[in-house]
Amino acid sequence: MTILKVSGLTKRFGTTDVLRGIDLEVARGERIAILGASGSGKSTLLRCLNFMERPGGGTIALDGQMLGREGKAGERTYRESELIQVRQRVGMVFQQFNLFPHMTAIGNVMEGLRTVRGMPKPEAEARARKELARVGLAEKADTYPAHLSGGQKQRVAIARALAMDPEMLLFDEPTSALDPELVGEVLAVILALAEEGRTMLLVTHELGFAYHVATRVIFLADGAIHEQGTPDEVLKNPKKDRTRAFLASHKQFSF
Amino acid sequence: MRWDFASVFDNTDALLVGAAGTLRIFAICLVLGLSLGLLVGLGRYSRNRWLHIPATIFVEFFRNTPVLVQILWFYFALPILLPFQISPLAAASLGISLNSAAFSAEIYRGGIQSIETGQWDGARALGMRWGQAMRRIILPQALKRMLPALTNRAIEIFKMSTLASAVAYVELLQQGKLIASLNYNPIEAYTAVAVIFFVFLWPLVQFSYFLERRLRRDE
Repeated sequence: MTILKVSGLTKRFGTTDVLRGIDLEVARGERIAILGASGSGKSTLLRCLNFMERPGGGTIALDGQMLGREGKAGERTYRESELIQVRQRVGMVFQQFNLFPHMTAIGNVMEGLRTVRGMPKPEAEARARKELARVGLAEKADTYPAHLSGGQKQRVAIARALAMDPEMLLFDEPTSALDPELVGEVLAVILALAEEGRTMLLVTHELGFAYHVATRVIFLADGAIHEQGTPDEVLKNPKKDRTRAFLASHKQFSF
Repeated sequence: MRWDFASVFDNTDALLVGAAGTLRIFAICLVLGLSLGLLVGLGRYSRNRWLHIPATIFVEFFRNTPVLVQILWFYFALPILLPFQISPLAAASLGISLNSAAFSAEIYRGGIQSIETGQWDGARALGMRWGQAMRRIILPQALKRMLPALTNRAIEIFKMSTLASAVAYVELLQQGKLIASLNYNPIEAYTAVAVIFFVFLWPLVQFSYFLERRLRRDE
C-alpha cells in the first residue's frame, strides 16, 4: 500500500536546480536508501518530503491525500497548519542531531509530546522513558546533550522522533557527523527499527549498511533519480556508469 | 573643607521617599521596556515587512533621540497636542521605557539570530508552530546568551531614572538636589545619592551573575 507518492518534484535555490523532477512512490514498510554525491540533491529531497523546504514544483501525496492546493500561477501553495500535520506524521533525524541543548535527554523526547500533542506530563514522561529505553539510553534520561557522546545524541534524537509515532521516518545522513567508533551503535538502532517493519527513507554514505537494511536503493545524480532497484541490483550490479563510478569511489580503499 | 553628613542623615526620610520613587520608576520601565523590546525585536527579526519596517522606524527613532528630550517632550509638549495632563511619572516612564525598548529590541534580535538554524529544524520537524518553537526552543537559548547585555540595559534603566528629576518626579536625585539646596551641602548630598545608587545596583549585578551561572548548568 502506498504511503507516499511524489510526482515531478522540483526545487531551485537561486538559479541552481537542485531537484529536477523526482517521481517516487513509497509503499508501507519499505526502506529506501538514497545515495548520491554531495550536491546531488539527496538531502533536499528528504527535506522536501516533510516540508522543511517548500517544494518548487510537483506534488506530494501522503496516504493518498494530495498536499497543498493549486495556486493562481500554477504553483502549489501549502497552509502552515497542513504542513504541521504532515511533520507530525513524518519524523526526521538530522545529521547534526539538532537536540535542544537546554533540555535533558528525556526533556528532548518529551518536548513534542508536551508542546505539540499537549500530552499531560506523567504520560509524556512515561512514553519518553520507553523510547529512551528502546534506544538503550534509559539511564541517561536526566543528562543534558552537552554530556552525551555523538552516538548517544543521535540515539536521543531518534527517540525524540519515535515518540511522535511517525508513520514514516526520514534519516538525513544520521551517522555522517559521528566518530567512526560511534557509527555502529546508531546503525544498530536504525536496524532494529527496520526489523519492526517501519517505513523509512535514509540518506547515507554507509553502503554496507544500505545493502543490509534497505529494500530499495535509489541513486541520485544532478537532482534526478539516475538508477534504482534492489540493493543487489544497484550496489552489486549497477547498470549505469555514474552509479558505478560513485560506488567505485566509495570502495576505493576497501579490502 | 570638612565633610559633614549630619545634614544628610537629618533628611533620611526624604531620601527614603526618593529611593521608593526610584525603585517604582525602575520597576515600571524595566518591565515595560524589556517586554516592549521583545515585541519590537521580534518585529525586527520578522521577514514580514509590515512588521519589520515599523519596528525599524521605532528603533531608529528612539535610539537616536536623547531620553531627556523625550521625557521633556512627553511632559510639556504632549499635553498641548492631546486633551489631557500627564504626570511626571508617566512622562518619565514613557521616555525611559521607549528608549529601553529600542535598545533591548536590538539585543533580542541579535540573540534570536545567533541560534543555529538546526534548532529551528529540530523544533519544526516535531510539528511545532513558529510561536511554539520561539517560546520553547529559541528564546530560552537566546535569553541565556542575551543575559549580560540585558543586565546592562537594566543597570542603564536604573540610572536613567535620575532623568525623571527634570520633570520634578520625586526620586533619589530630585531629593538629593532638594537636600543640597536646603542645607548648602552639595558634596555630602550628591555623594550620598551616588552611594545609594551603588548599594542598589551592585547586588543587582551580582544577582545577574548568579542567574548566568544557573543558566549554564546544561553545559
